[in-house]
Parts: sequence; C-alpha cells; structure tokens
Amino acid sequence: MANKLSETNLSRYDLQIICDWVEPNSKIMDLGCGDGSLLKHLHTSKNTTGYGLELNSEKIAQCIDNGVNVIQTNLDKGLSYFDANSFDFVILSLTLQAMRDPKRLLAEMLRVGTQGIVTFPNFAYWRNRLQIALNGKMPVSEELPYKWYDTPNIHLCTINDFEKLCTELGFTIESSVAVHSNGKTNIGLKTMPNLFGEIALCRFRKND
Amino acid sequence: MIAINSDNQTSLGIIEPKLVQCQELLELESGGVLDGYQLIYETYGELNHARSNGILICHALSSDHHAAGYRDKSEKSIGWWDTLIGPGKPIDTNRFYVVCCNNLGGCGGSTGPASVDPKTSKPFGPNFPIVTVEDWVNSQAFLSDQLGIDCWAAVVGGSLGGMQVLEWSIKFPQRLKNAVVIASAAKLSAQNIGFNDVARQAIRTDPDFHDGDYYQHGVTPERGLQIARMLGHITYLSDDMMAHKFGRNLRRKEKLDYQYNPEFEVESYLRYQGERFVNKFDANTYLLMTKALDYFNPAAKQHDNLANALATATANFLVVSFSSDWRFAPERSREIVRALHTNNLNVSYAEIESVHGHDSFLLEIPDYFKIMHAYMARVYQAIPKECLPEESEAHHGQ
Repeated sequence: MANKLSETNLSRYDLQIICDWVEPNSKIMDLGCGDGSLLKHLHTSKNTTGYGLELNSEKIAQCIDNGVNVIQTNLDKGLSYFDANSFDFVILSLTLQAMRDPKRLLAEMLRVGTQGIVTFPNFAYWRNRLQIALNGKMPVSEELPYKWYDTPNIHLCTINDFEKLCTELGFTIESSVAVHSNGKTNIGLKTMPNLFGEIALCRFRKND
Repeated sequence: MIAINSDNQTSLGIIEPKLVQCQELLELESGGVLDGYQLIYETYGELNHARSNGILICHALSSDHHAAGYRDKSEKSIGWWDTLIGPGKPIDTNRFYVVCCNNLGGCGGSTGPASVDPKTSKPFGPNFPIVTVEDWVNSQAFLSDQLGIDCWAAVVGGSLGGMQVLEWSIKFPQRLKNAVVIASAAKLSAQNIGFNDVARQAIRTDPDFHDGDYYQHGVTPERGLQIARMLGHITYLSDDMMAHKFGRNLRRKEKLDYQYNPEFEVESYLRYQGERFVNKFDANTYLLMTKALDYFNPAAKQHDNLANALATATANFLVVSFSSDWRFAPERSREIVRALHTNNLNVSYAEIESVHGHDSFLLEIPDYFKIMHAYMARVYQAIPKECLPEESEAHHGQ
C-alpha cells in the first residue's frame, strides 16, 4: 500500500466524527491503520475490539506499542483473508485514493463488514479547482503534498464521484460530512461540501 | 568474570544446564509410552515471586536447550537464539525468566534414541518411540509444573518451535498469556514432507545406519546425516541469498577442472555445514524431529478446520513470517492469523522483508527485532506490577 496521504494523523475533529459514528462495543477493522491511534482511541472511548491492517513495518511496531492488533497486509491484495460479515465497521481513512482498485476494496469492505466509513481528500475542493483553473497545473497542497509523478494518490475523486460509486455498488450513504483539514466548519461546507470540503467523511452500508 | 562477557553487557555469559527427571509414564500420541524420562534445560533471568514472568522457548529441528549465553569459553558455543534473548534484548532477561528445554527424542541431553534404555541397558536406538509436538508440549508442561510456573507470560518459538507454541495455546490455554509463533505453519505442505523424507532416506539408506542401531556397531551414518543436513540447509536459505553469497564462484581456482571434487563455493560450503552438523547431532534424532514436523496438524481432528482447532485458545498472539522463507512461507502464517481472527483472538502479524529465507528467524533483522521488542514490552507491561522482579535503573525504559 502506498504511503498515507500525509504524515499527519487524523485531526481530533475527524477522529471525533468517526468516533461519534461508531457504536459502543463494536468490532472494527481499520484499513491502513498507521500507528493504530484511531483504533486505540476507539477502544478507549467506545470499548471497541478489532484489527488494524497496515503495510509499513515501522507502523506495525508502533501499533504493537499502542496495544493495537495489527495485521501486516497489502490492501491492494484485497481482504480475502477475512471472513464475510465479521466486523461491525470497516474504516478506510485517507487511504482510498492510494488504492489500485478502490471499487473492489469498497465492495470488500462491505463483504467483511456491516458498515463502512471512508475519509478521503475531496479533489473538487475549491483551492484544487483554482490551481487547475488558473495555473493549469495539478494541485499541490498540504493535504496533497506530492507532485503528479511521485504521488501515491493515484485515484483521487470528488465527493460527487464517491457518492455516484456508492450508488453503483448498491450502498446507502448513512451520513456524510465535509471538513477543512484544520477541523473548522462553516455554512459553506454544509451547503456546498463538494466545493468547500477539503476532507470528506462518509458512512455507508449495503442497500437492504 | 569470565572472558566471554567481561566487556559485553548484553551477554548472559556461560550457562550451566539443569536436569529434571520425570518418573511417571508418558503416554504418547502414537499410542506408545515412555517409562519416565529426563529433560535438560537452561534458564536465564530471575523468576519473580508470583512466578508470572516466565517465558518458555520452544526449539526447532536442529537446535536444543542452549538458546542463549555460552556453553563454554569459546565464542562458537553461543546459544542459537542469543541474538534475541539476553539482558536488554527483545526477550529481556532483566525482565523475564526464560526457560528452554531440549525436546524429548533430542540429542542435547534429554532422553532420546541415544540414551540408555533402562530395560535393556543399551541405547534405545530404533526402539525409541516416535514423539510428536503434542508429546513435547506435555513434557514441557511437566517441566513447567516442576518449576512452579502455572502460567507462562509467553511461549515463543520459531519453525518447529512455533508449532509447539500453537499446540500450547490449544492444549493448555490457561497456561500461557501470549503465544509468539515465528516462521512457522499449522501443518507442513506436501513439498515440505517430501524434503523431510528425502532427508530421512539419506540417513536410513546409509550402510552405517544399521536400522537405527548404529550405536551398537560403534559407527554413525555420517554420510546420510550430512546429505540430510545439506538438503535441509538449501531449503533454509533463499535462492537470492545463495546467488548473492556464492553465485557461481569457484573454490580456490580460476577455472573448471571437470572432476567430481567440489569446485563451486556452494558445494564446499554445504559440505562443510554437513560435516559440522554430523559431529554434534544424532541421526535418529533427526529422523524423529522430521517426523514430528510431518505429523503436526491440529486441524486434522477438526475436519481440517484450523479455526475450530484453535477454538480453545485464549492467548494473545504474535505471528511473524519472512518474505523469502519458502520452507515456511508467509502464506502458512497467514492461515494461522486467519484462524485466530476467526476466533476473535488478539493477534498481530508481521511479514518481515528479508533475503535470508527460513533462517531469518534466527537473525538480527532490524524490523523483526523492533516488532519483537515492542511485543515483548507489551507482554512485560501486562504482568501485574507487584509481581515484577527488581530491575536495575539501567534497564528502565527499554
């Protein structure tokens, strides 16, 4: 799996949103779990159990330090080692855009889990649009710090794109929120999330 | 202070092995019985008052109870897992009481085929019953009782040792808090069994084998054992590693001489390894150990469902594999991990990048050691604090 979008962890604000969505005592799988801080936070605040999946060896040791179950896995190879319907929530935080086959992974998420939670950088964020529109160049920002040729983020999408894919996969979006990477929110974010949202958070499940 | 550790704070120095005798009958998985036996073992570190800081080390095919420290003053007498076990090392002897015994059927001092059968006053030889991983774990449980250890903080093993760890977790779930399974498998593949049988045939067809009674004839099936070891050794390395280490290099010459003497470096290396092994290992033990490897398959009793076989387990697990290990491939470890999370057990799994093949588990590979350090630190933290042995200041925070 490619590096995470940025080396910074989820902000407290994003963490809080995910934490609010997760029901107490759930079983969680965190795909691309980094140092395990989200799982640790969820365990402490919601008494969750589960596993993190991560590729980077350094991070594996950090997860173990954090007392988090971690399984070294290349997400691009899928979740075939996990039984169907074995998790309450499968979380994919700031990793979707680095996947080779995001559609397959999303389908896998709802094979192994009841609900999915995905966070991703919204490519239609106005600053990104501005960089393309004015400079005619691929956007580079704090959240998307790479050049086009060295970026691990090979499947960037917008909030609208993601919603469309969920429909195609037969998923119902239960909640979605757009935020600034600094955690601030405002009326613009609520009315036009695809324009003003820098990071999108989305919770979904299979259609009944 | 002995010379060997005078300038080395991480060495255990010279270790004296200990013996324990079991007078009771041991009923074996094969249906046979052992009328009492002896186990030789070593210990490192101090057992705390609550007897809760014990770590049991399970050894692999060709090793023994001498896991760490030195047997004598020679550098070569270093323990087979000294990289991992010692003061300040991942299995930190300032924190843990570490125990390793030579398995039954071994040739390191525990009762085995070369031991004298009290009934005949002759070496057991071929009459030594076949022992299995399950039998070993039973005998290790006896040793645990003798040491007054009801519950190990962790049982740790690589390769065949990892199989013993799995068996511990299934058979005595209440007797271990953590299970560390390294470069192992829940069962051997057909390819693996095939390799083992070639090794056994090399030994058993050696004219000096005498149906396993070679002790009586004052000989040893050296050629057979040597070939078995050479074969094994190839399978413990990776193709890349052998290419890197030897390539097609010739030994002490510039060109081929078109004869059958060893010409390539790799030939003389393997022969050297084989010869060295013959001097320290018993052929009958090699046969027994390979059979124990072949037979191990806890899922067999559960319609080949490993998750069901592990349903009794309660320990927390760490499973480690190595990318270039084709003898106990990462795939085999992932099967174990899958069965563990099917049972909702705590498990972490690391697949370490390494070019060293199966032998990786014995080597100090930074990513591997980081993970072992981190995990064993958690094992230590989970021991109730009032039970901890007194630590010197120098080792706090490690």
